[in-house]
Amino acid sequence: MIAETGHFALILALALAFIQTVLPFLGAQWNDPRLMATGRPAAQGQFVLVLISFLALGAAFVTSDFSVATVAANSHTDKPMIFKIAGVWGNHEGSMLLWVLILSLFGAAVATFGRNLPDTLKARVLSVQGSISIAFLLFMLLSSNPFTRLFPAPFDGNGLNPILQDPALAFHPPFLYAGYVGFSMAFSFAVAALLEGRVDPAWARWVRPWTLAAWCSLTLGIAMGSWWAYYELGWGGWWFWDPVENASFMPWLLGTALLHSAIVVEKRGALKSWTILLAIFAFSLSLVGTFLVRSGVLTSVHAFAVDPERGLIILGILVLFIGGSLGLYAWRAPALKGGGLFAPISREGALLVNNLILATGALTVFVGTLYPLLLDALDGPKISVGPGFFNMTFVPLMVPLLFLVPFGPMLSWKRADIAAAAQRLSVAAGVSIFTLALVFYLRSDGPWMAPFAMALAVWIIIGAVSEISWRIRLFRGPFKDAWQRAKHLPRSAWGSAIAHAGVGVMVAGIVGISAWREEVVTALPVGESFRIEQYELRFDGVETHEGPNFTAQTAQVTVFTPEGEQVAVMTPEKRTYTVSQMPTTEAAIRTRWIEDLYIVLGDEDGTGSWVMRAYVNPIVPWIWIGAVIMTFGGMVSLSDRRLRVGAPKAAKGRVGKNSKAGAHP
Amino acid sequence: MTKKQKRTSYILGGLLLLGAIVSLMLFALSENIAYFNSPSDIVEKGAVPGERIRLGGMVAEDSVKRGEDALITFDVTDFAETVSVTYRGLVPDLFREGQGVIVEGAFNNSNLFIADTVLAKHDENYTPPEVTDALKRAGDWQGEGDAKGVSHDKKYGEGSYP
Repeated sequence: MIAETGHFALILALALAFIQTVLPFLGAQWNDPRLMATGRPAAQGQFVLVLISFLALGAAFVTSDFSVATVAANSHTDKPMIFKIAGVWGNHEGSMLLWVLILSLFGAAVATFGRNLPDTLKARVLSVQGSISIAFLLFMLLSSNPFTRLFPAPFDGNGLNPILQDPALAFHPPFLYAGYVGFSMAFSFAVAALLEGRVDPAWARWVRPWTLAAWCSLTLGIAMGSWWAYYELGWGGWWFWDPVENASFMPWLLGTALLHSAIVVEKRGALKSWTILLAIFAFSLSLVGTFLVRSGVLTSVHAFAVDPERGLIILGILVLFIGGSLGLYAWRAPALKGGGLFAPISREGALLVNNLILATGALTVFVGTLYPLLLDALDGPKISVGPGFFNMTFVPLMVPLLFLVPFGPMLSWKRADIAAAAQRLSVAAGVSIFTLALVFYLRSDGPWMAPFAMALAVWIIIGAVSEISWRIRLFRGPFKDAWQRAKHLPRSAWGSAIAHAGVGVMVAGIVGISAWREEVVTALPVGESFRIEQYELRFDGVETHEGPNFTAQTAQVTVFTPEGEQVAVMTPEKRTYTVSQMPTTEAAIRTRWIEDLYIVLGDEDGTGSWVMRAYVNPIVPWIWIGAVIMTFGGMVSLSDRRLRVGAPKAAKGRVGKNSKAGAHP
Repeated sequence: MTKKQKRTSYILGGLLLLGAIVSLMLFALSENIAYFNSPSDIVEKGAVPGERIRLGGMVAEDSVKRGEDALITFDVTDFAETVSVTYRGLVPDLFREGQGVIVEGAFNNSNLFIADTVLAKHDENYTPPEVTDALKRAGDWQGEGDAKGVSHDKKYGEGSYP
C-alpha cells in the first residue's frame, strides 16, 4: 500500500510539473498575473508529492519490504540501519528519485523565497524548472519505476553492493546530486533570461546564491567520493581521471567559472552572454555526467551494471535540453547588450582569465573523457585515454591559473595597478621562495618540479591571508581598528579568501602524494618484516572473525621506527560479504597530518606467504581538508547579506565604510 | 590602439591560444591512447613489443598462478584465442577465474604480456562493454543485449571450459 502511494504521488507530481511548465510560461508571454501565479503552488505541490514518494520508498527500505523490486534487489534484513536508509539512493531507481526530489526542492525554494524576483522572470524560471522535472519524472515512470512490485515476494533481499556500505559513500550521492541539480537553477535562470531578452546585474545577484550553493555541495560531494575511493578501494590513490570521476569534475570546473563570471555581470554589467552560456553548459555537463554514469557506455573503474535502454532515454533528454537551450541562445543572445571591452589589467580582466582557463580545462577533460566514445560511435577502434593525457593537458593549464589566484582579489575594478598588487603580495612571495628552498633541502628525491609546486601552494595560501590583512589594514594602525574592519568586511570577501586558501591547501596535498609517494609490494610469511620509508613493518599473522554481515580475514601488522620503537599496530582486512559472496578490501590507514601510512592485504600465495602492499603518502589528507575549507569559504560567502535569498535590497552602506578597495566583489 | 585594433588583437590572441590548446591535446592524445584488443585480435595481428594496449576478455578457468614476490600470471581468453598475462601486485577484489577482466600494459621482447593495470569493477553483474563486444565477435555470447555477463559455464555447463 505504501509503495502504491509513492507511485501514485509520482504520477501526480508529473501532472503538476506539466502545469508548472505550461501555465506560468503562457502567463509570462501574455502578461497574465493569474496564470503566472500558478507556478508557485504547482512547484510547492510538486515538491510535497515527490517528497511523499521518496518517503514511501524510504519506508519500504527501512521495513525491508521485499515485495518492492528495488528493495529486494538492493537491501537485506541483516544490513545495518544506516545502510538501509542510504540504500534508498544506492541504486539506480532510488538515486533518480533523489535527483528529482532535489530538483523539485530547488523549484519550490524559488517559488517560496523568490518574492523579490520580477513576476515574468520568476514565472519563466519555474516553467523551465518544471520542464526538467517532466523529463526526469517521465524517465522514471517509464523506465526506472522504483515502486515495481515483485510477486511472489522473495524471502530476503540481495543486499547492497558491499563497497557501497560505507558512511562516506552513503552521503556522497546526495551532495553530488544537490550540486548537479543546483546548476539546473542557473540553467533555468539563463533560459528565462534569454526568453526575457534581458540580463542585468540584478539577474546575476539572483543566480549567484544558487550557483554558490550548488558549487559547495558539488565540491563536498566530489571530495567525499575521492576520499571514499582512497580508503575503500585499497588502491591508495585519490583521483584516477576515470570517466565517472571526470563526469562530476566537468560541471564543477564550469560551475567555478560561472561563480566568477556572475560577479562581473553583477558588478560591471559585462560578460553577460558568456555567463548565460556558462550556465547552460554547467547544467548540460551535469546532464552528461548523469548520462555517463547511468547509461554504462563507458568502461570505468567505478562502473556498475546498467540497462542500456535507460541510457538512450537519458541521451534523448540530453539532446532535447542542450540542443533546445543552445538553439535559444543562438537566437536570442545577440539581443543581449554587451558590456564592451575592458582593460586587461583589472579585476574583471583577472576574472576573465580565470574563466578562459577553467573553460579550457573543462574542454580538455571533456575531450579526454568523450573521445573514446566518439570513436566508438563512429565505428572506429576501441581505445582508452590514459591519465597521462590529463597530466599533459589539464595540469599545465592549471599552473598559470593557480599562480594568478592571489592577484585577482588584489586588483581593483576597471583599471588596476599591477605593481601595487605585486607589492601587496611581497610577503607571500617571500614565504613561497623560502618554501621552495626548504623543500629542495628536505626532499631532493622527488621530481624537480615538486618544490616549485609546493611553493605555488604556499603562495596561494599566504596570498589569501595577505588579501585579508591588506583589506583590514592589519599592522598599519591599532589592532583594534583592524579588528573592527575585519568584523565589517563583507562575508563574500572572507568567503573568497577562505576558498582560495582551501585551494592552496588542496594543491599541497596533491603535490605531496604525486611527487613523494612511496610504494612497496611484497609477499611475506608470518613473522617477517619489510621496510618502507622510515618504517619497519612486521607481519604478525592473519585471523578470521565475523562481522554483522561479513566474514573478515584480518592481518596484524606492527609498525616500528628504525630504532625499534613500536609506533602502531595496524589491521588491514579482507572481507567477504555473506549475502553476495563478494570480497572487499579494507585498507589500514594510519593518518598523521603530514602523511598517511597505508597498508593493503592481498591473497595468500599458496606457500603461506601473504601479498601485501604498503604506501607512504605524504600530505595526502590536505586534499580533503582543502576541499572542506573551500566548501566552508563558499558557505561563508553564501551567508553574505547581499546574496541572502529574499534579502530585499543590496546593503551598500556597510561596504563603503572601508577603503574603496574593500568593496570586494 | 583604436577600439577596432584592440578587438582584433584580442581575437587573434584568442585564436592563437585555442590553436595551442588543440595541438597540445592532439599531441597528448597521440601519446596516451591505448587500443583495446581481444585475444583474437592479438593472435591475428601479432604482438608488437612495447606498444601500449588494453586487453580484455575472461580470466580463463584454472589459469591463475601466483609466484614469488607478489607475481601473478593468468590467461585472458575470448574462448577462441588465449593470451597469457603477467602482473605484479594486488589484483582487484572482483578479479577471479571465469569473470571479465581488462588489463593494460605491453608485450615485452620475449612476447610476454606485462600488465601494469588490472581494471577493477565495483559490481558483480558488470562486464565491461568492450569485453562483451569481444566475446560477441568471437561468437561466444548469450546475453540478451544487456550488460550482464553470461559466463561460459552457464552456456556449456560447469567445468566445460574448452
